[in-house]
Amino acid sequence: MRYFPEIKPLGERGILIDFQPEISEQLLEKLLRLKIFLQKELLKEKVEVINTFSSLLINYPLAIEDVYNEVLKVKTLVEKANIHNKTEQQIFQIPVCYEEAFALDLELISQQKKISKEEIIRLHSAPIYTVYFIGFLPGFLYLGGLDKKLQFPRKEQPRMRVEKGAVGIGKNQTGIYPKTSPGGWQIIGNSPVPLFDKNKIPPCEISPGDKLKFYAIDLEEHERIQKEVDDGIFKFKNELYVG
Amino acid sequence: MSAEVEVLHPGLFTSIQDGGRYGFMKYGVPVSGAMDSFSSKMANLLLNNPEDASVMEVTQMGPKVRFSAATAIAITGAVLSPEVNGKPVENNHVIDINPGDVLQFGRRILGCRAYLAVRGGFQTPKVLKSRSFYEGITSVYRLVKGMKLPYDAEASGELVNSYAAIKQGEHLSAVKVEVLPGPEFDRLISSEAEKLKNSEFTLSKYSDRMGFQLSEVFPNNLEAILTSPVLPGTVQLTPSGKLIVLMRDGQTTGGYPRILQLTERGINIIAQRIPGEKFQFGIKNEVLS
Repeated sequence: MRYFPEIKPLGERGILIDFQPEISEQLLEKLLRLKIFLQKELLKEKVEVINTFSSLLINYPLAIEDVYNEVLKVKTLVEKANIHNKTEQQIFQIPVCYEEAFALDLELISQQKKISKEEIIRLHSAPIYTVYFIGFLPGFLYLGGLDKKLQFPRKEQPRMRVEKGAVGIGKNQTGIYPKTSPGGWQIIGNSPVPLFDKNKIPPCEISPGDKLKFYAIDLEEHERIQKEVDDGIFKFKNELYVG
Repeated sequence: MSAEVEVLHPGLFTSIQDGGRYGFMKYGVPVSGAMDSFSSKMANLLLNNPEDASVMEVTQMGPKVRFSAATAIAITGAVLSPEVNGKPVENNHVIDINPGDVLQFGRRILGCRAYLAVRGGFQTPKVLKSRSFYEGITSVYRLVKGMKLPYDAEASGELVNSYAAIKQGEHLSAVKVEVLPGPEFDRLISSEAEKLKNSEFTLSKYSDRMGFQLSEVFPNNLEAILTSPVLPGTVQLTPSGKLIVLMRDGQTTGGYPRILQLTERGINIIAQRIPGEKFQFGIKNEVLS
């Protein structure tokens, strides 16, 4: 029998708080509230607390001197945690160009799934996606909310080069490549918006808990937004999200 | 006064590293920093630098560089036959440098990564609060020929004791790589756990600052996990039986079971191994919660 959350060390510089593995907005909300609480309580330890789907990791800048005691302290904190303060979320409108020049695998998905390209675009841009966390690569958003009809396996042979901004589908996930890199997702479009800016602190404007909505743009609009980004005058379309 | 180290030859893979880009993991940014944090600290301490000042991380085949102004340096970690103006110099000592002096490295004797500290630390640009090179964050991710690395020629020189010396780090000759059980360690059946403790493993050629892949195949039936946090030193086991030790530039999250977690010392030990070398994991026996 396992009891959740499980609180245990990850080496000498980390403490994990694992909840029962699941992808749900309720759990995300709980994690985000607990994250803020712990970050505040452990301010003087200068820790960074990150979340994934069902875990928090408290990352210490140096090796923890007494791991056993620190785990006990975190357990006590988690038990008494006051996590009722609601977190504020933004909804971001994200432009995606689904035209052929970018949508390298749209035809393939359309043929195999016997769904028209227009319907795939509609299904992809209809949901309000939830940002669970940023991981894997700088600025890579883990999104929940892909329509089941669009789930599609990753490429067996990953591409050596996927362009920055490429919008892809991999199994039950969809996402945007924040920089040009190798990758195995099926590419259906491209978004010119900057997801990661190394010259800004914080480097990401979008945070875990925020919502995304895709909307289709043509090549001309893609080029126009790209120019705004290049000129440093781009602004996200976002507003407070009232769920 | 501005002083520079000019790169005459970059070596196999040389970069500038400090204590790491800490606090940006939540944006998916790896921590980076010196692979062997112990040796880089020691190099800095020899020069009375802050222990996380920027140092040059030299991998197996060292660079050839020229100093524009007088300073003091110290080299720690791997023994790569360093020479100043053609004369051998020793690791773990303070070395006085005159304007125009040329430092180069020769044959590898021991270890994989040497650390060159300069008085006051290298002053390459900080990006996201750190000078550690990382592709896509800093403008370059490795030294290139002709590059000039600034340092501060005026930095607290009188504080350096030219006779200061330390012993070679014992982790350079450690037999076992120190580990703790990872979050999914208990999913291994007992024979697998035993095998993990008792087998020899080999560092494959697919080993870089992001991670070290091991050559041996470790058959297993562990299921993938929901994408979860990982840290430098996390050992992942893939369904095809590959063991991957994530290193300082490793990704921040992963979906493979995390069967072991190297201690800080374990990371420093394995950072000094070269591809082809064999080692064993040594589980640090501590009862934790």
